Amino acid sequence: MARLLGIDIPNEKKIEYSLPYVYGIGLPLSRKILAACNIDPNIRAGKLSDDQVALIVQTIQSMKLVTEGDLRREQQAHLKRLVSINCYRGTRHRRGLPVRGQRTKTNARTRKGARKTVGVQRNPNAKAGKV
Amino acid sequence: MGRSLKKGPFLSQKLLAKVDKANEAKQKKPIKTWSRASMITPDLVGHTFLVHNGKDFVSVHATENMVGHKLGEFSPTRVFKAHGAHTAKVSK
Repeated sequence: MARLLGIDIPNEKKIEYSLPYVYGIGLPLSRKILAACNIDPNIRAGKLSDDQVALIVQTIQSMKLVTEGDLRREQQAHLKRLVSINCYRGTRHRRGLPVRGQRTKTNARTRKGARKTVGVQRNPNAKAGKV
Repeated sequence: MGRSLKKGPFLSQKLLAKVDKANEAKQKKPIKTWSRASMITPDLVGHTFLVHNGKDFVSVHATENMVGHKLGEFSPTRVFKAHGAHTAKVSK
């Protein structure tokens, strides 16, 4: 198991496919990085020499890519800003509803989570038959 | 789709005139506006706007963080109604 950028341990797959295990690197970026390092994308990650691993890390850093914890923190900061300025997108995040204008009459289960039935709960202060 | 960069941000001319006037008079009285589509530019920071939502005017104080957003984003046009308990908090 190769270690890359601290704690990430891509496994015994081709390096092209194990680089995306790093948060912030997808397949297109992975290919770009390998092309920039002149490393054959078909080598298994474990078979890389230490030099090659160092070269990959160096390339990622020189490309100014934000990965892992930094990227997560950056996203958190963006979200926090939206919520703190009280804009539409912020309130949608706060309520756990879709942010980009999707319908909510049906669907939207990814944002809303599993279906849960909410019954009507009477106002305890209201008199019977009045409300 | 985003707006073409060539045009720059949209800002209602009338609103801009009102802001300029307020700047000249050095007063920070809330500016009433219907122009929800106007983008908050750095010149608007520090002013308070009363942004129409179709019914009322919602007070929006423009801060630095809001630059790039539009005024309408801060003045919701719909009332969020949730199901569930009728507690004092909800019915308020």
